[in-house]
This record gives sequence, C-alpha cells and structure tokens, in this order.
Amino acid sequence: MHVAHLSLTDFRSYDTVDLGLEPGVTAFVGPNGQGKTNLVEALGYVATQSSHRVATDAPLVRQGAARAIVRSVVVRDDRRALVELEINPGRANRARLNRSPVSRPRDVIGLLRTVLFAPEDLALVKGDPAERRRFLDDLLVARAPRFAGVRADYDRVLKQRGALLRTAAQARRGSRSGRRAEHDSGFAAAGAGDVLSTLEVWDAHLARQGAELLAARLELVEALRPLVAASYASLAPGSAPAGLEYRGTLSAAVDGPPAVRPGGPEEPAAAAGEAADAAAPAVAGTAAVDRAALEQALRAGLLEVRSAELERGVTLVGPHRDDLFLGLGDLPARGYASHGESWSFALALRLAAYDLLRADGGDPVLILDDVFAELDSQRRRRLAELVGPAEQVLITAAVPDDVPAELTGARFDVTGGGVSRVR
Amino acid sequence: MYEGVVQNLIDELGMLPGVGPKSAQRIAFHLLAADPTDVKRLAHALLEVKEKVRFCRICGNVAAEEECRICRDTRRDLHVICVVEESKDVVAIEKTREFRGRYHVLGGAISPIDGVGPDDLRIRELMTRLADGRVTELIIATDPNLEGEATATYLARLVKPMGLKVTRLASGLPVGGDLEYADEVTLGRAFEGRRLLDV
Ligand SMILES: Nc1ncnc2c1ncn2[C@@H]1O[C@H](COP(=O)(O)OP(=O)(O)OP(=O)(O)O)[C@@H](O)[C@H]1O
Ligand SMILES: [Mg+2]
Ligand SMILES: [Zn+2]
Repeated sequence: MHVAHLSLTDFRSYDTVDLGLEPGVTAFVGPNGQGKTNLVEALGYVATQSSHRVATDAPLVRQGAARAIVRSVVVRDDRRALVELEINPGRANRARLNRSPVSRPRDVIGLLRTVLFAPEDLALVKGDPAERRRFLDDLLVARAPRFAGVRADYDRVLKQRGALLRTAAQARRGSRSGRRAEHDSGFAAAGAGDVLSTLEVWDAHLARQGAELLAARLELVEALRPLVAASYASLAPGSAPAGLEYRGTLSAAVDGPPAVRPGGPEEPAAAAGEAADAAAPAVAGTAAVDRAALEQALRAGLLEVRSAELERGVTLVGPHRDDLFLGLGDLPARGYASHGESWSFALALRLAAYDLLRADGGDPVLILDDVFAELDSQRRRRLAELVGPAEQVLITAAVPDDVPAELTGARFDVTGGGVSRVR
Repeated sequence: MYEGVVQNLIDELGMLPGVGPKSAQRIAFHLLAADPTDVKRLAHALLEVKEKVRFCRICGNVAAEEECRICRDTRRDLHVICVVEESKDVVAIEKTREFRGRYHVLGGAISPIDGVGPDDLRIRELMTRLADGRVTELIIATDPNLEGEATATYLARLVKPMGLKVTRLASGLPVGGDLEYADEVTLGRAFEGRRLLDV
C-alpha cells in the first residue's frame, strides 16, 4: 500500500500543508526543527491514532488552534480510501472515511499500515517495560484492528479495579488509624465489605480481557522471534544472536500450576535479576495458546496476590505488568548491550514487525525518521538494502548526505514552515 | 464571564448532562431572547416534574403515583423481572413490545471510578422483591458496556443461591453503548435470544 496524498490543517507546526506522494522512496530534507518529523508523525497518526512521540493529543494541535485535521489518501490494490481525522484534545476525536462519518474513530485504524523507525526506538531496548508492551500491542492492533478494542477494554477494567482497590486501601488505613474514633472505623469496615463483594466481579472481567490480550501477545512473540533474530543477524553480522522471551507476571500459565511473582518485572530488582534468572520459565513457548487456561491462571494469580493488592491499592498481576525480554547471546540487551548493539536491536524489532505485516498481505508504508544519521556505514547500507524493496519508503534527514545512495527517489525540502518538492 | 444572573443561568445549564459550556451559553441566550410565556412554561414544567413525579415504590421507575403504570397493570406477568439501569431503558424496552413482565430500575451501574458500589444501587430492594419466590426469571438488561456487564455478573452471583433462572440479553447490541440507543428491532431480537447467564 502507499499514501498518495497527505494534507494537514493546524497539525503541529503547520497551519496548512498539502502533499502529493508516490510509491517508491521519498525523502524530506531540511534543517533541525523545520517540521520533517511532524509530517511523518501525522501519517503515523493516521495508521495508529497515536503519536510515536507523545502520549496525549494536545501537542499535536498547532499552538493556538482548537483542533487539528489530518487527511490522507491511502491506496491499496488500486483502491483509494480517503481517511480524515479531526483531533480534538480533551474531547472525542472524529473520523470520516470517504467523506462519511464513522461511528467510532478507531474503526478506521489499520486502513493505513505503517512501520515507523525513529530515534525514540532506542527506548524499546533501553527503556521501561511499558515501551516494549506498547510495541507488542501496537503491532497487534496493526495486524488485527479489533485489538484496539481489546486493549481499551482491558485498560478500562484496570481503571475500575484500581479505583476499587484504592478505596479498599484507604478504608484499611482508615480503620487502622481510626480505632480511637468509633464511627470512623465503622464506616471504613462497611466500605471494605462492599469492596470485596465486587472485587471478584472485576477479577472475572480482568481475567477475561487480560487472557485475550496475553494470548495474542504470546502468539505474536512466537511469530516475531525468528524474524528478529534474522534481521539482527543481517544488521550486525557476526554478533551474538538476538532472542526474545515474554516475561509475564504469570510465569507458567499454560500448563502446570500458575506460579506468581508478585510485583513482576517492574520491580526495580527484577531488571538486573533477569540475567541470572535465565532458568526462570517464560510463559508458553508452545504455538497454540490456550486462552481458557490463561484466564484461569490470571484469576488464580489475582487471588494469590489479593492481600498485597488490598494493601497497595494497585493491580499486581496481568499483562499491564509484563515485559518482553530482549537477549543478546547469554546477556540481556537492557543494561548490557552497547549503544550500537541497542540500535541494531531496535531496528531489528521494527524490521521484524514490517516482515510480519507484509506476510499478512499489503506492504505497509515504511517511515524512517532520522535513523540513518545514527548508524555506521555498514549498518546504513544493510538497512537501505532491507527497506529498499518496500512499496513506499518515507525518509527524513537533516542533510542530503544522510539519505543513503541506495535509496534514491523523490525529494522535498522542508524549511521555513513550508514543504516544497525539489526532485 | 457575563453579569451575575446570566452567568448563573449558564452555570446551571452547564451542569446538565451532555451540555458543555458552549451549549450552555447558546441555550442561555436563546432563553434571553425567547417570549416570556414560553420561558414561564419551561420553568413551570421543571418545577412540576420535581413536585409531581416520584419513583415507583416497587420498581424504582418514574411514576406519577406511589406505583408506576406498569406495576399497577394486573395483566403484566409477575413471574419475570427485567433489571435495567435507568427509567429511560424501560421506555426503550416497552417500545419493542417483547416483554410482558415487570421491571426493576437500579439507578445506575457499578462503577468504582464514579464511586458507585452495589450499596448505591437499588439492589437491596430487588432482593426483597425476589424473596417471596414468586419470580422465576430475572432478565438482566443493563447496558452492553463494561460497567453494565460487571453489574450483571454481580447480580447473577448474588441471586444464584435463590435458584431462579437468570438471563442476559443476547449479544448483537452495539457493544460499549447505551441500551437506549439500540433500535427497537435489535433490542427486540436481543430479548428473544436472551441466554442463560452462568457465573
Ligand atoms: N503544537 C505545536 N504548535 C506549533 N509548533 C509546534 C507544535 N509542535 C511542535 N512544533 C514545532 O515544530 C518544530 C519541530 O518540528 P519537527 O519535530 O518536525 O522538526 P524536524 O524537522 O523533524 O527536526 P529535527 O531534524 O531536529 O528532527 C519545533 O520547532 C516545534 O516548536
Ligand atoms: Mg525530526
Ligand atoms: Zn413500578
């Protein structure tokens, strides 16, 4: 697939901009801070309805404007779709497909599929587990848009359950400190009883939604593993092999009794412990993931940590606390890999995502935001060779020299708030 | 900000559900420009609804008397109760003509984020209604969103020991939405195809 047209109104630094695009390679070149990333960020937003740079929509709207509009024409198998998004920070966004409103904006997620490489990707390797969870979930959504709903439902259950646990934690503290004040402790006890009677209901919903997300992630990691290894090997020939392991708060959910590690991999000690912990069983590993078994295991896991949860007021078990472990040879990448190795690993993850999406059908649009400048000449050439054959490749670079010679095509200059075609 | 009384009106209107600051302002200026008799009629209607409308002693639906029209109707089937979140859901279901039993209006759904727990809903009243054993089926028609589902699960567990048949409207309703937004045909079908709720 490719994008034939992009037009922006009040998006980031642009009041209006209107671009015709073609298949093949297109480079956006210009000095720092001129709006190159803003352009490709807009395309990423059409694909995922989120930005690769910020967690909220507000920064996407031009300073002083009330809303931003992103329009794009996506061509797939000779069929054209006009996707229009209106970004309203703090309110519901709106979407139109071929000029007809859709009932929910997320219904147009996945019409455009992109794989975006950016300097921020280094956080996939060096950053918190949340970065890697997002990588997995975004890929799930790109492959099957219904996962946008699964993830939203899971987040909603977490929020509701979290609110309930916080009430419980407060009630507990209240009853402890309030023993002297009679009516206080009476009130707190009533609150706690109410909490327990509904907690089980939320457990059931959390387990159901969580199992669906978890099962999908486990299958995804299986599919990614060989692709990441192959991409890494071709980017960094002769280096130790790259490996992936899903590290869950449920450590053996599929068969055998669930062993729960309360706190999970987000506990500070866990990151360093992971290396020595090579023998710790990772979840699944087998191809077919049994969702019913995962649901059971999640419910059992929640029961086991219940008193800790009531104490701390947070949900301690579930896919929101899991991690994707990245290894190089016998060592974890995080905390051990060199800067260059980390970069190669991040690129390998994105390339694997690209391979997977391509195998599903419909070549996704590749976006390379400022990545070549970060690479040495060998890896630059390897990456150029790997992405060259894609139906459409969009590149941003501060100077023309940062666009590899292998990737010739159209060029736009981005300066002074404007975008003009020069080749 | 506008002068005292105008701003008061805008603030009051802005507290209504679904009315944002912009709409509140628009309504306020519409009222300022309107004919005084029209405005008096509106004010009267507002006061009257508070004075005259009550909630049915049995089911919690809005009623003009102690008991609502449906609870007073002797032709309604006493063996089936349909549980809904709000009175407007009763209206939506009545339109389908699929249901001949009686209702129970909870007054919302369980939602810890909003501080709503079981004790804030008319669940105790429901249990009292079920106690005499006359009701054989409980149809749970809470909204098809997370909070509605959670409330349904909670109720199903609560009444399980009573051994009555507990059913839930069939899927096919727009997920994540409000019951009242479902069209009559869809809602009617959801009633016909209701399934046993197993918890
Ligand atoms: N909401 C906004 N309103 C107005 N201007 C904005 C907004 N968000 C970002 N900008 C401006 O956009 C510019 C950054 O654009 P962008 O990130 O696309 O730069 P770039 O061309 O990719 O630069 P670099 O080469 O450094 O990556 C900044 O000058 C910033 O002030
Ligand atoms: Mg940039
Ligand atoms: Zn009644």
